[in-house]
Order: sequence, then C-alpha cells, then structure tokens
Amino acid sequence: MRTFAFSRADSVERAATSADATAFVAGGTTLLDLIKLDVLKPANVVDINALPLKRVERLDDGRLKIGALVTNTDLAHHPEVKAHYPVLSEALLAGASTQLRNMATTAGNVMQRTRCPYYRDPAAKCNRREPGTGCDAMNGINRMNAVLGGSDACIAVHPSDMCVGIAAIGATLTLQGPGGEREVDFADFHRLPGDTPHIEHDLQEGELITAITLDAPLKGAGSHYLKLRDRASYEFALASCAAEITLDGETIREARLALGGVATKPWRCTEAEAALVGQPAEKASFERAAEIALKDAVPREHNAYKIPLARQAIVRALRNAAQDKTSQSETQESQA
Amino acid sequence: MDDSVHSRTRAQAAPGTQTLNFTLNGEPRTLEVAPNAVLLDVLREQIGLGGTKKGCDHGQCGACTVHVDGQSMNSCLRLAVMCEGQHVTTVEGLARDGELHPIQQNFLECDAYQCGYCTPGQMMSATALLNDERVGTDDASVKEAMSGNICRCGAYKNIVEAIQKSRQQLSYDATQKEGTA
Repeated sequence: MRTFAFSRADSVERAATSADATAFVAGGTTLLDLIKLDVLKPANVVDINALPLKRVERLDDGRLKIGALVTNTDLAHHPEVKAHYPVLSEALLAGASTQLRNMATTAGNVMQRTRCPYYRDPAAKCNRREPGTGCDAMNGINRMNAVLGGSDACIAVHPSDMCVGIAAIGATLTLQGPGGEREVDFADFHRLPGDTPHIEHDLQEGELITAITLDAPLKGAGSHYLKLRDRASYEFALASCAAEITLDGETIREARLALGGVATKPWRCTEAEAALVGQPAEKASFERAAEIALKDAVPREHNAYKIPLARQAIVRALRNAAQDKTSQSETQESQA
Repeated sequence: MDDSVHSRTRAQAAPGTQTLNFTLNGEPRTLEVAPNAVLLDVLREQIGLGGTKKGCDHGQCGACTVHVDGQSMNSCLRLAVMCEGQHVTTVEGLARDGELHPIQQNFLECDAYQCGYCTPGQMMSATALLNDERVGTDDASVKEAMSGNICRCGAYKNIVEAIQKSRQQLSYDATQKEGTA
C-alpha cells in the first residue's frame, strides 16, 4: 500500500479544517481497499473514530438522528430502526458480510465508491477515476452497470443497500465544514455522473458528514427490502427495491419506492410513487408503477436484463409491503 | 519505474512509524508500526502470529478475520494504528491452557475443513456469532452470518455442523464470554 501521513482527529471542528488531499477513515472498508488498488491516493489519512458521532437519537419532531460513526451492524439492530424503519434494517443486513458491517459506518456507507471493475482497475479508462480518459465499461463487460441515471461518460452503479433504504425513507445529511455546519437533502447529496462523473457527491473539500437524520416514519406503513443477486448472500445487487406503503382499506394512500443495483445513485422513484396513490393495492397497479420507474432506462450490451429484473423487484417488493401492511393492521385490530 | 506502479508491486517503508498500544490475545503489547500497515500484516510479519491468513487482502474472503473488541472484522482492511487501546483476538487466542476451544475441537471432529487455509477465519467468525445474541440460532441464520468467509474446498456443510455442535455444548456464561471476546 502507498504511504500517507496518519493522524487522529480529536474534534469535529478540527477535523473539518484538515489539509487538502485528506481522507477521513472510519471503518476503512472502502478507503483502504481502494488505496491498496491505487485508485485513491490520499496524502493524509485522518482517523475520526474518536469523534463523538456514535449516537442514535429520536428528535422531538419524530425524526431519527444517526451519528456518522454508528456501525452498519449497530444501526441494523437498533431498536428504533427495527421498530420504525424495518426497511432500513433489512437493507443494511442484506449488504456486505458480518465482518464488513461490524466495521463500516453510516456515513462511510453513504460515501462508498462504485464497484465498477473499470473504476477499480487503474489500467482501465475511467472518467470517474481519471476525468477525460474515457469509459471502458461503455463497450466492455457492463453486465453489472447502470441502466438508470447514466451518461455517455459513466454508467457506474452506486453499490449501497443502506442508501436505497434511506432514499425511500427520506433523510437529511448534516455536514461540518471549515465554514461551519450545513444540511443537505439526502436526495441531492449524490450526483448524477453527467459530464463530471468524478464529482460523486456534494461534499466539499474539508467537509465531514456528522449525522444522517431520517424523516419521521411513515405511520402504519408496511415495507419490504428485496435484493436480487447472483448468489444468496454477500453479493452486490443486480437489482434491489425498498418499498413502503400505507393503505386505506384496499386503496394505496402513500407509497415510497427506491431502487438499487441499477442506477448511478440511490434511486428514488417519485413518479412511480405518485402513480400508486389512490390505486388499488394489487398487481396491476404495481406493474404500472414498475413500468413508470424504468421508462427512461438505457440498456447496454450486457445489462438489458436489469430492466425486467428491476420491474419484477418493484412488483414483488410492493406486494410484500402491502401484505406486511395487512398483517400489521390485523395485529393492531386483534390487539384493540 | 513509475512510482505508482512501484507502490503496487512492493510494500514501501513508511516515513516514520507510530507507537501502537493494544491488547493481543489478553496480553498488553506496545510496538512501532508503519501508519500504512494493516493489522493483518502486523500480526503475521511483525509479531509473527501466522494463524491469521491473507487470502484476497480486500475484505472479500474472510481468511483474515479476527476479533476487535469482541466483534469479527477483516484485519486486511484495518490499519494497525486504528487498534490503539483495543482488544484484538486472533485464532492463537482461542485455546486456553493448552485446551482447544470447543469450536476448534468441533472443527476437528466434524471434519469442517479440507486444505485448512480459511479455517482460522471461519473459527473466528464462528466464535463471534456464537457470542452474538442478535444472530438467529437456526442453520439459515448461521449460514448468513458466516457468508463473509469463503471456503473454496466447499466444507460449508461440516462448518455449520461444527458451529451448531459447539452451540449445544457451550453455555455462554460471563466467564466464557470474557474468554473469547
């Protein structure tokens, strides 16, 4: 592994004034992997594990504030998350392995890089890794690449499961920078590649994510996270779907839908959500939403299969979420 | 030779080392480590504990699994300097007073390995999951919790058997928890 200067941050404010070419390390599962591959080349690595960012707290307005350093394991098993955001717990536990979840943190997961093999190989052309060099995925083995949100410059998939759950729930990021604190809507944090795929997110030089605050839970919602992949465990998604749904009787009152494994960022499907409202909670409605969600999909040579796969993921996730809702109201009624 | 190519093919000496204080298999340790040295390499090459194996070196195979403060982690993706003040347990720390840990005994009895290269990592993940009440006790939960440990010989069936047999034998009182954490 290449060399770097190592130091430990003792306060959020001081961490946010770190020198240029600094990488913050928390779990290290992405950073050290990519330094070893010579994809990331920070001159300075600052360990932020001593910072007081490990709390999960319910706010007065019903939102849930998650410290940047809460591990994926701890978040997945946190009583507040299990009770009020089961779709996030399921998404977290569908990601990576036990060991990696024990190391990886909430903010680190948001910051994880694509698994596109051309990005990970310094010998390949990659506009994301080295702007202006081209994209070997475009006409290469692009079976795992994106069908949504891509550009002529980049079709790399955002690999996170956690972020798909968060995209469906809705959230706000708190960032600490040299100039103070600011907040960013989670939906705006990750950038579409466009002509500048190397600009992956809204984090500026020196800024540090300190918290992620989930929107208040959707009351009475049923939910499901469905992940489809090449093997049953410890594999990235070919397509995944986080769905939340609330019903008035058999009619859909509200729906939240996000996709993973098929898009260049955690992919909220707002148009498909709107089309579900007021519709009967049945297969035909789910299929129509799935059509809408994938209508702008652009397939490449090896990844056209992702379009029907993502549609099926949506239909199944919605069906399971609706059934989850039914079982919840039955439970509530029987308890009443 | 181009610097970037050079750094990929051979480990470079880091400019300046840092002092690391941590507890390894119950013993306090102080040593000087390079800031870019991962825990795996420090364990194997600097301390001389070769039980922890290097497989993929990228967090994909689980051969390097150790416990850090009782939790299973990939030692290939953790800088040694990040373990300051922490308790690290390797496969060498499982046996007590010359007596094998039940998971080691049951890996032997269940024939839960062939070439043995992944075995230390498998046993470290196994002991961690037996101590984790958040993980279900059925075979499916065990397989899911163990999916970060690849066995290319394909000894999975017997590994699950060894874990379940150990679960039956062990009553996890506080003393034993301390012993394996």
